[in-house]
Amino acid sequence: MRVKEPDIIDLRWLLLGLCLVMALHLHHFAGWVALSIMVLIVWRYLLAHYRRPMPSIFILMPLTVLAGLGILLTYRGLFGRDASVELLALMLTLKLMEAKTRRDFLLLVFGGYFLTVTTFLFTQSMAYGAAMLLATFTLTATLVGISHPNGRLPWHFQAKTAAILLAQGAPIMLALFLLFPRVPGPLWGIPQDANKGMSGLSDTMEPGEISELTLSGEIAFRVQFEGKPPPPSQLYWRGPVLWHYDGRSWTMASPKLQLPTESLQVRGSPSRYTITMEPSNRSSMLLLDMPSLLPENSAVSADLQVLAKSPIRQRIRYQASSHLDYTLAPDAHPRALQLNLQIPDFDNPQSRALAQSWVDTGKSPEDIVQTALTMFREQEFIYTLRPPRLGKEPVDDFLFNTRRGFCEHYAGSFVYLMRAAGVPARVVTGYQGGELNPVGEYLIVRQSDAHAWAEVWLEGKGWVRVDPTGAVSPSRIEYGIETAMPNENPLPLLARNSYPLIKKMYLNLDAIDNAWNHWVLDYNQKRQMEFLSSLAGSKLSWQELAIAMIVAVGAVGMFLSYFIIRENPAKKDELQRIYATFLRKLQRKGIMRQPQEGPLDFGERASQALPSQAAQIHRITDLYTQMRYRNRKTTESTELLKWLIKTFK
Amino acid sequence: MQNITQNIINAANQVILGKDRQIRMALACILARGHLLIEDLPGMGKTTLAHTLAQVLGLKFSRVQFTSDLLPADILGVSVYDRNNAVFKFHPGPVFTNVLLADEVNRATPKTQSALLEVMEEGQVTIEGETRVLPQPFFVIATQNPVHHIGTFPLPESQLDRFLMRIELGYPDADSERNLLKNSGGRDQVANITPCIDSAGLIRLQQAAQQIHVSDALLDYLQAILQFTRSSPRYINGLSPRAGLALRQCAQAWAMMEGRDFALPEDVQAVLPGVVGHRLQSSGAEQGGMDPVEHLIQSVAVS
Repeated sequence: MRVKEPDIIDLRWLLLGLCLVMALHLHHFAGWVALSIMVLIVWRYLLAHYRRPMPSIFILMPLTVLAGLGILLTYRGLFGRDASVELLALMLTLKLMEAKTRRDFLLLVFGGYFLTVTTFLFTQSMAYGAAMLLATFTLTATLVGISHPNGRLPWHFQAKTAAILLAQGAPIMLALFLLFPRVPGPLWGIPQDANKGMSGLSDTMEPGEISELTLSGEIAFRVQFEGKPPPPSQLYWRGPVLWHYDGRSWTMASPKLQLPTESLQVRGSPSRYTITMEPSNRSSMLLLDMPSLLPENSAVSADLQVLAKSPIRQRIRYQASSHLDYTLAPDAHPRALQLNLQIPDFDNPQSRALAQSWVDTGKSPEDIVQTALTMFREQEFIYTLRPPRLGKEPVDDFLFNTRRGFCEHYAGSFVYLMRAAGVPARVVTGYQGGELNPVGEYLIVRQSDAHAWAEVWLEGKGWVRVDPTGAVSPSRIEYGIETAMPNENPLPLLARNSYPLIKKMYLNLDAIDNAWNHWVLDYNQKRQMEFLSSLAGSKLSWQELAIAMIVAVGAVGMFLSYFIIRENPAKKDELQRIYATFLRKLQRKGIMRQPQEGPLDFGERASQALPSQAAQIHRITDLYTQMRYRNRKTTESTELLKWLIKTFK
Repeated sequence: MQNITQNIINAANQVILGKDRQIRMALACILARGHLLIEDLPGMGKTTLAHTLAQVLGLKFSRVQFTSDLLPADILGVSVYDRNNAVFKFHPGPVFTNVLLADEVNRATPKTQSALLEVMEEGQVTIEGETRVLPQPFFVIATQNPVHHIGTFPLPESQLDRFLMRIELGYPDADSERNLLKNSGGRDQVANITPCIDSAGLIRLQQAAQQIHVSDALLDYLQAILQFTRSSPRYINGLSPRAGLALRQCAQAWAMMEGRDFALPEDVQAVLPGVVGHRLQSSGAEQGGMDPVEHLIQSVAVS
């Protein structure tokens, strides 16, 4: 087959494909890497456009070494997700600077395919999937252009062929997607840095920590209720429960204490729901207060926070149910109550004095709780995302001086006051509320919905939820954070309602994304097994799965190759096989038949190249043409031809 | 058979210098019972070639110079009232011959052109309800200036298809041209040619050409060619079944001229430029500088 070398048209396709691939990556590349890649691509195009010679090896070699060194210095190593992907991208672009031949172009296209796949190490959203498809399509069209034997092709023909090729690949992709045995977690270890940049509730609470989280518009989790969701004021998503206060930050109870799990009495009918949680790199699983039926593969702590067995590094999906009407631990363990009275000795004297004054007036614990809430409600406390920094005695400073705070300030100081007044109390962090997406009827809970509230233990009632923030800013609890915050507060755009059109578009997109998560990304080992077992009618082992995959892919492959073979009438019969051995013998002597060359012309050419064997070649050619084109094929002539070709040296 | 065809070719070669391939193509076209279109610039020897062929084949020859005021009756003939016998008497036009040379066919009006093309298709003339059969063999050699010349009515594609072959003559090579310039030129030599064959002999040759063996393997190749033109984006339209038949007939004639009693892919490739050149229009897609017919040959594999 005649193979042409790539021309400017092919180069344009290739550059377009590589630009699309790079566009998937550039935003997370180090600045200098992104810049170098862009400069190199533009440089290569300009060189070709003005027909300038390519840079010599003496320029490229130092550049390559510099690029490698740069990565080494930026990431202190060449391994790890970011470093290796950037190295690949840089080297591929440098290869572009010396790409001239068809072979170079092939290498670049295949490198481009690989670089496209690495996008999945960073994100798996559907939008990126679509962009990757576009990049793959463009690269395939490039491949069509450089593989077609005959000159230039119109661009639409190239695009059409690429589309057909991708469409032919789709059934194989589907079969592999459904059948390729899934393993829990990634197939190979994803480097450590792949987990950075996940946000979520921390296990501790310090003033300012939650308000920082609130600045993020990222989605924490999505909830699909069976039936009607509870009203927003009831939507308390329980996360870490914090017992211990060291004067600055609140932390969880140590599991070493081995406290008994608190008893839970529930009334009424449960709310059932399914949560799709984004990776948080922590093990806390968010459930509605109070969880009565736990998700699979989870454990519950003494204070009823639900934990996954390992930190959540991939999107997970779990079902659970909760009762909104409950009594928690009316018979609490005395040691647990003791622990929830702990405050550091001798700090925040003003607050202690205030609490002591309540106790001294002989108030019951219920009254003390109400008094504290009344204080928040009636005195001039302000709910704000930008609280001032607090001094050495944070609770005193907040309650008597600044009086401006976010939920963690209110929850923290409230619990402090309760403990100082001898009422067992603790801080609960989690999320409050959420936004109902009318498209698809599910709840979106964002990092900006992060919240902290308090639980106090009252005789006969057990642990009761008290939300001091509700006393300061009732609308935060009823209508969500965007109504509670004046506009000058730096809330993420999407947590605001001021742009209804954008909001609506966003909700539609999020519904699509949710479906993508459900049907594509969450197709994990368990769901694969369920799906295939339901097809097979019995439980499948992974060996059976592997066999099914091979059979399915093989069947698709055979189906496709049937069409390919059918279109190509080169089904060789016996005569052609015999003649083919003759062709092979001549090929070894360096005489190759062109596909379009007839046997007579070829025989003529061969005998001119090998004058000493001209007679033999003529005889074979003559016999072959007679047999093939004159239908003079008999057993004798076949044997004769075989013998002639066999003795042809 | 080969002797006869070779004699014909040799005789023609003595008049038309250095155009062996074109003479062979023209002869193949005639042996395949087709009409021939010769297209080239004025003065390239189109008319001489047509005249020579008629002479060598020993056929009755008439020539019509096509002009813009030529009427169909000028070719076909007219009925004139005979006063003596009181009847209309048909005066046959120049078309009643063996070889009709339609010179500069693209200068006539479409009406006259279609009259000619109808005759070419039917092999008979119907005037005033009376059908008159043309003598056998009958074929038309039309010459045409390239269409971009002023004052022409280019033949539409559908009518080009009626011509089995279209050939171009091209400039002669240096030696032939020197010979031509030394002598007085070809035209007066034409009259001196002794025919190599007569009309009955030509008909026998034509029948023999039809008997040339065409194997399935060759038909596979032919169909691959047709299929390629239909699926490739480089051509506006693919080749018609009529073009396929034309290819087969010409390949048979060519094989006979080569002295074989069976046709080979090489025969198809040899006649392909003549048969396909005027039926295949490039879609304007880049050809890499390759002639569309050459591209076609290069693209279809001989299995």
